[in-house]
Amino acid sequence: MTVDQIDEKRLREVALTPDEYRVIVEQLKRAPNEVELGMLGVLWSEHCSYKTSKALLRRLPSSGAAVLQGPGENAGAVDIGEGWAAVFKIESHNHPSAIEPYQGAATGVGGIIRDIIAMGARPIALLDSLRFGPLPASRHHVNGVVAGIGGYGNCIGIPTVAGEVYFEDCYAQNPLVNAMCVGLVPVHRLMRARAEGTGNSLLLVGADTGRDGIHGASFASVELDENSSERRPAVQVGNPFLEKCLLEACMDLAHTDAVVAIQDLGAAGLTSSVAECAGRVAGAGARIDVSRVPRRERGMTPYHVMLSESQERMLVVVQRGREAEVESIFRAWDLTSAVIGEVTDDGCLTVVDEQHEVARLPVGLLTEGAPLRRLHGVAPAPRPTLDLDHVPPVVDPAAVLLRMLASPNLSSRRGIFRRYDHMVGDSTVVPPGGDAAVLRIKGTRLGLAMTTDCNSRYCHLDPHLGAQLAVAEAARNIVATGAQPLAVTDCLNLANPDRPEVFWELEETIAGLAQACRVLELPIVSGNVSLYNDASGKSAIYPTPVIGMIGVLEDYGRRLEAGLRHEGDFVLLVGSSHNDLGGSEYLKVEHGRVAGRPPALDLARERAVHKLMLAAAGAGLLRSAHDCSDGGMLVALAECCMLGGIGVRCPPMQPEAPIRMDAALFGESPSRFIVSVTSRAMPEMQTLARRHHVEISLLGLAGGDVIEFEGQFRVSLADMRQAWEGDVT
Amino acid sequence: MKFGVLVFPGTWSDRDCGWVIDQVLGEQLTYLWHKDADLKGCDCVILPGGFAYGDYLRTGAIARFAPVMEKVGEFADRGGLVWGICNGFQILCEAGLLPGALIRNASLEFRCQWTNLSVERVDLAYTSQCEEREVIRVPISHGEGSYFADPATLSRLEQNGQVVFRYCDDGGRVVPSANPNGSLHNIAGIVNKRGNVLGMMPHPERCSEPELGGTDGLKLFRSVVESAARVMVS
Repeated sequence: MTVDQIDEKRLREVALTPDEYRVIVEQLKRAPNEVELGMLGVLWSEHCSYKTSKALLRRLPSSGAAVLQGPGENAGAVDIGEGWAAVFKIESHNHPSAIEPYQGAATGVGGIIRDIIAMGARPIALLDSLRFGPLPASRHHVNGVVAGIGGYGNCIGIPTVAGEVYFEDCYAQNPLVNAMCVGLVPVHRLMRARAEGTGNSLLLVGADTGRDGIHGASFASVELDENSSERRPAVQVGNPFLEKCLLEACMDLAHTDAVVAIQDLGAAGLTSSVAECAGRVAGAGARIDVSRVPRRERGMTPYHVMLSESQERMLVVVQRGREAEVESIFRAWDLTSAVIGEVTDDGCLTVVDEQHEVARLPVGLLTEGAPLRRLHGVAPAPRPTLDLDHVPPVVDPAAVLLRMLASPNLSSRRGIFRRYDHMVGDSTVVPPGGDAAVLRIKGTRLGLAMTTDCNSRYCHLDPHLGAQLAVAEAARNIVATGAQPLAVTDCLNLANPDRPEVFWELEETIAGLAQACRVLELPIVSGNVSLYNDASGKSAIYPTPVIGMIGVLEDYGRRLEAGLRHEGDFVLLVGSSHNDLGGSEYLKVEHGRVAGRPPALDLARERAVHKLMLAAAGAGLLRSAHDCSDGGMLVALAECCMLGGIGVRCPPMQPEAPIRMDAALFGESPSRFIVSVTSRAMPEMQTLARRHHVEISLLGLAGGDVIEFEGQFRVSLADMRQAWEGDVT
Repeated sequence: MKFGVLVFPGTWSDRDCGWVIDQVLGEQLTYLWHKDADLKGCDCVILPGGFAYGDYLRTGAIARFAPVMEKVGEFADRGGLVWGICNGFQILCEAGLLPGALIRNASLEFRCQWTNLSVERVDLAYTSQCEEREVIRVPISHGEGSYFADPATLSRLEQNGQVVFRYCDDGGRVVPSANPNGSLHNIAGIVNKRGNVLGMMPHPERCSEPELGGTDGLKLFRSVVESAARVMVS
């Protein structure tokens, strides 16, 4: 069959272009059959093949002394000391969550947990980065997604310890749900999902295979439109109980050496799972007998079996002859498992239905064959500029502060995180609500800090700078706990890259990320790209490169939290402030504008501030620390007070020209922290700051139950709390 | 003192309870599997938190039929210490070892937060290290923790002094605003008439070390250890 002869409708169904079809026929030297076409369709989808972003992603730094596993596996892994590896990854589940918020979010959590399990690690924490349209219209999405995350995470018993929630018009049709999971494994037990050893068995374990989620990966690779709700069958339904059993059984696999590899079944199901596993070993192939796959329903064709995205399934490569040993471990957890095929050395993925061959494709064609798309980026029309001379001066800072604290993007997230079990595991030593969360690693003194971050408004105004600011802020969150930032996982959420200005955003985003990660020495060890986040091309999202980051504290006993704790402590602003009102929350809340350039970021300065902070924390000088970001200094100071239950008395704020009062209070200059120290520690703190060439200034003294800038304004803790905790849900 | 921590498929507080028993208290620990036919000579059996069998039907509804539960019932009948925490409390109610039921939180939402508990009985194996009306801080983490019983059962519980913990405010006042889930009479934990079977929704194993935000939970574990000698298992 030539390209002309194949029905374009059939190609559209599997999301392949005529050009891609031509490549397939050329490579195979024949036309693919129906099953093969479906398999190629899902694996060549943007979601699986990264055909649009791959060339750009190669620019991201992924190596470093601590890196044990970079991109290309189920998750990245870094050495955190004392024989432990931290395994982590972030992934999007945006499209499913848009049309079926509960299950979309739930299965997003389920999928990322399986990626961690596949590395041999026990998942210890979940984080979620969420973006919605403005309330109250988005309440359906917010409630469904939060309930779905909780429904899955709470049931499976992995604490949800951190994350972020933002509301912005651009997400009204396209909410973003990015789930991150962190796991732990002894370094020597870290696994890789490689189909090694010809003749070894492929064991499928977990849920029976049904017809759910067929073409989910393709669905994720096109724009949502008015017919998207008809795609609801492409959204899977999660079973966290089954995954809990799967998790524990996979942990028990550590007791045997019969297991060669574990691979998650996620997007594109069995096809992707087997192809990826084989694709990581030169010359390896696999032979699958679909008749041996346990099924949920009758009448399923090989096509259905190979493309099903039924959840809670894992592929296990087992040494030949030792299948019974492994199956008995699964049986103890009442899990169904079946040997469905074997590893071969012919470099092909062969699918048979009993004796009958139904598909035979080179593994390389499936995993690496998709022609890379070379798109052209064109800078969009300049974003609205900001002329500060036209921004009226701030009149009543106290009233502004209360309005800011009550605004959807700055208000307390307690109403959300109390719906997540964030304590199970007995390891959460810094709970959600501050900067990064910190988990202790039992049996050691190590603390593992983790966070997600991205201010997409900055990215919209300047994607290159916005991406850098996202990395810098995530790192600041880690540093604020006293931990050394270690490594990154990224989830790049963008609109339709076929539009030149969106592809430009992608290019700029990746360039910004690469630069920030290089300077801050933060390798990106895993990640995910989610494109086509625009409903019918009408409402493109802001570029949203969510940064997931981990860091290590050598002794979690030295961890820092944001809240002021002791009356009489000196409250200091670390870092320098400028007239950074561009893209700020203040500008949006008070003046209804998204305009201007995001705050300028000097990465060398950012680094210097981190070094100072970690030196001061290491010397035991700091009693509290908080990142100063969205909402600026005054909002950060208010958070320090509310979290600690103590006010602060400050001399009048007199910014030096040309710094404006509104910028001093609400500007979002990066590379700043609010810390508290004892009076006795002040001289040493000043010496340290001078040595690191970082400016520190005294804001005031902790104490009382108001924030007061003498002679200027005062706000009581009670009023702030009332504004801040008027829950977003 | 030997603690047995029961593990159903879907249980997740097993390792947290085990950690406190083994690493914090230094007592003997064994895990009991839902399919086990004996309790391996344990002095106290803990039914920990989780979602046993997924809790898809009704919390604890399937778990009560687990093979090991027959042994747990016999052990309780002999006066053995049986301690249900969170999902364990729900299972004990389903199994008929404790009266009443745990229903959906009044908020219709899951709640993970710190609560204050007023300790109303200090003559029990579980609370001997507490003082009467002492306020202890213990976190909850559940979607279905609202204690419910019919009026007759409720008044019997009250008359017999079977309410062990009530949600209260910082000052120990049992007030509606301190009730996180809509439990009748602010009930957070009850004991059977004999005093050997305790069910509670809050998680003492989550507050037994200072780095986790509090150590009040440890008082309950210590009480069990200290009291063990006084409870005769015939």
